[in-house]
Amino acid sequence: MTEHIAVVVNGQPREGDVEPRRMLVQFLREDLELTGTHVGCDTSQCGACTVHVDGKAVKSCTMLAVQADGSTVQTIEGMAGADGALHPLQQAFWEKHGLQCGFCTPGMIMAAADLLTRDTEPSDEEIRHAIEGNICRCTGYHNIVAAIREAASTMRAGAQAPTAATAPAAVNA
Amino acid sequence: MATDVQDVLGSSVKRVEDPRFITGKGRYLDDIKLTGMVHMAILRSPYAHANIKSVDTSAATSKPGVLAVIVGADIPWNPLPMAWPAGGSSGIQNNVSTPRILATDSVKWTGEGVAAVVAETPEQAIDALEAIQVDYEPLPAVVDAEKATQPGAPQLHDNAPNNIVFTWPVGDKAGTDKAFDDAEVVVKQRLVNHRLIPNPMEVRGDIGLYNPGTDEYTVWMSSQTPHIQRLLLAAFVTGIPEHKIRCISPDVGGAFGTKIFCYADMALVMWASKLIGGRPVKWVESRRESYGSTIHGRDHITYVEIAGKRDGEVTGLRVKTFANLGGRLSTIGPGVPTTLYGRVLSGCYKIPNVYAEVTGVYTNTTFVDAYRGAGRPEATYVVERAMDLFANEIGMDRAAIRRKNFIPPDQFPYDNPSGLGTAVNGEKIYIDSGNYEPALNKALVAVDYQDLDKAKAEAKRRGKLLGMGLSTYIEVCGVAPSKWIGAVGEGWGAAMWESSNIKVHLTGKIIVTMGTQPQGQGHETTYSQIISHELGVPMEDIIVQHSDTQGTPFGYGSYGSRTSSVGSTAAIKAADKIRDKARRYAAHMLEASPDDIEVVGAEYRVKGSPEKKKTLQEIAFALDLGFSLPAGMEPYLDETAYYDTPNCTWPFGTHIAVVEIDEETGETDLIRYLAVDDVGKKINPMIVDGQLHGGIVQGVGQALWETAVYSDDGQLLSGSMMDYALPRASWIPNLELQETVTPSPVNPIGVKGVGEAGAIASTAAVANAVNDALSPLGIRHLDMPFTAQTVWRAIQAAKGGKS
Repeated sequence: MTEHIAVVVNGQPREGDVEPRRMLVQFLREDLELTGTHVGCDTSQCGACTVHVDGKAVKSCTMLAVQADGSTVQTIEGMAGADGALHPLQQAFWEKHGLQCGFCTPGMIMAAADLLTRDTEPSDEEIRHAIEGNICRCTGYHNIVAAIREAASTMRAGAQAPTAATAPAAVNA
Repeated sequence: MATDVQDVLGSSVKRVEDPRFITGKGRYLDDIKLTGMVHMAILRSPYAHANIKSVDTSAATSKPGVLAVIVGADIPWNPLPMAWPAGGSSGIQNNVSTPRILATDSVKWTGEGVAAVVAETPEQAIDALEAIQVDYEPLPAVVDAEKATQPGAPQLHDNAPNNIVFTWPVGDKAGTDKAFDDAEVVVKQRLVNHRLIPNPMEVRGDIGLYNPGTDEYTVWMSSQTPHIQRLLLAAFVTGIPEHKIRCISPDVGGAFGTKIFCYADMALVMWASKLIGGRPVKWVESRRESYGSTIHGRDHITYVEIAGKRDGEVTGLRVKTFANLGGRLSTIGPGVPTTLYGRVLSGCYKIPNVYAEVTGVYTNTTFVDAYRGAGRPEATYVVERAMDLFANEIGMDRAAIRRKNFIPPDQFPYDNPSGLGTAVNGEKIYIDSGNYEPALNKALVAVDYQDLDKAKAEAKRRGKLLGMGLSTYIEVCGVAPSKWIGAVGEGWGAAMWESSNIKVHLTGKIIVTMGTQPQGQGHETTYSQIISHELGVPMEDIIVQHSDTQGTPFGYGSYGSRTSSVGSTAAIKAADKIRDKARRYAAHMLEASPDDIEVVGAEYRVKGSPEKKKTLQEIAFALDLGFSLPAGMEPYLDETAYYDTPNCTWPFGTHIAVVEIDEETGETDLIRYLAVDDVGKKINPMIVDGQLHGGIVQGVGQALWETAVYSDDGQLLSGSMMDYALPRASWIPNLELQETVTPSPVNPIGVKGVGEAGAIASTAAVANAVNDALSPLGIRHLDMPFTAQTVWRAIQAAKGGKS
């Protein structure tokens, strides 16, 4: 038994037939082959699977694919511009050595992007609170906090997030 | 260095790996999708200890999508190898029992693999597991290493009476006993260094592919050691010839030791792929599954005794440790609490008499092996707690007692008495270099140590108990001289050299391959920096390849903080050969003597006539074409070097943790963490700092939150990430790093290594801080982890309340 769903992913209308038990992360990774979104646990603790659904950070291992029907989803693959211009968060993670093995990085960037839409000048404490649902085992978080602080500063100074991946209006199923 | 190429060695250049990771283009094991690929799931024991009476797979074989159901009896391959016995050739009895590919007669821990299903989809494979009927005969279990050795304890293996794998002594027993007899002060303490689950963010997995046309196997694996795995799978497990197996590690999402080892699933995917006719078979553990299928770390119970004089001079250290190794032995399980622990127990101190006895023990728990630091965090914890306990006993300042007992800087290379220098066939390892006091002094100044009492008083007014903890650690990096391993018999008698190949192609572009295997350390960047420096070529003209036994020279992989010292030196040696051949060919091109060619960066100039020159690119072009070769010279600029280190390298430093404990709730906050580390010279300081940050927080995690908890009957109660408390960003302060620099004399760059330093030092620093904070209540020692409940109970007990 499958359900038909239609989702706008990184600006592109995508459709699929999924089992009702299929998680959004499986739909993204296995059906759409967007493997930048990772699975690090099975209890919604680690946040490696964090994506944006209708503009808000969501752990995609916790959301059924059918629940995303009709939604707009953004993944790490949609953060850079079509011309390859990096999002300020991607650039800052690179500059500040905010990643080592890179496995938590996509989820961490998506969680941080959610924060920066709500708070353009977060304190270190607020940054640490905002990424509390994302576990990194390599960096000790120090340089991740520095990267998010740097990206916030860059964005306040006027650098815009790349627009090419901005989603059009959601497509109804 | 040519003037137009910036020397990048020693600078914090951005990592060349990162563009793929920050854009979601990394390629980890589970991201690989092969044509025709099917999926495997493994049925794991729900019992910690049971006999398997029967396994009925008949119902599972007819489930939707199922291609094969496999049980242990189907597979004639050997059990996994145990490659590092305690004591090696020294005659220590190791009662070895290792995992089979799937268990056949019995299970020894919850999570041991019993059967497997191969199906078209992962969901179908998992669904079909439920249809397998296993008739278990449950047996009594034991999870505590000390209790497991006592009379009447459940017995795991017939070949291991009292569950003892080995009893391994090290050091001078008679001399140490005498030092204790003569001592003015002796302090004793039982210490529990509890079990950890390493938890790299990427779990493990494998893909097996059998090619019926060539009778060859390819195994993709999330591994730190693809070359070693090929060797072990071929020579010890399957009997398949080594040249018919290819192992590939794609991007590895963290490892911390867990991915060094040979696991049953690696062989199982090979077996499964052949069984179903050569379709690729993928297996990826779930996080919950990984807690029983991937190694755990630490888990020591130690009785430490420290002896000395009232003036603070420590004269003896006597240690008895029960090391929990799990239900069966992992690849180097016995090597961790022996060579990597017992031989470095005296740390950075000049303690003249050291004796340790380590008992390796089977219990009904997940196997235990090397986790970040591997033995050295446990040793550091023992000696650093012991130094504090001794200082407190004689009323001496904790910094002063360290300063008094440091190995003096003029005594390096230093031959420590706990056994690293123990000569076997004349082979010894020495502590290469060190200057411990400047790091300590720098750290004390940075944290205002002299104002500690004032800070405690101020905190007390807020209802907080403030504590400060010191950890003056040393690390052993750069394992290891092969001749020492061979002589001591520790390791499987192979070696621990490293390798690198450099090819300068016709266009001047350079491909560096290496035998080491990154898991997040940025090797593609650091090797590029080194080769750029060595050959005067910009980093963008260099690419570093690794992780595939086909196309990289054999190497022993990355663990033990060995890549920067041993692996990088292999790359430098290969660059030396490139430069030498290029010089000789430049002489041919310029009609000069090779001795008259000077090398400046990428330019090969005739001395005294700098206008007569050839660039490395011009040399490579001509040499790779080979139209004109001097007699005896082979075409192509392609050199390989193998490097065996003459010694290990020994980073050190002082870490200081400051904690505040809420006296009402027992909640412990790490409010400040400062580290002064000496890792020798740095290839890329940014990467070094990152390694320290991560290591520190893993060690802090052990001290404050992380713990693997088993019930008495062997159920893992901390069996998921909901129950196993990994450090979160909001629990950690910004970390303060400083340095001293004492170049290692062992290798040409002067690096020491850094991968494990943070984790080695920080657990003891935090533990000493918490115990310092609690000392006004009369608490002498509290075991980790310092959860609010543990600390609150201790406070209540100390105050005479009920705990």
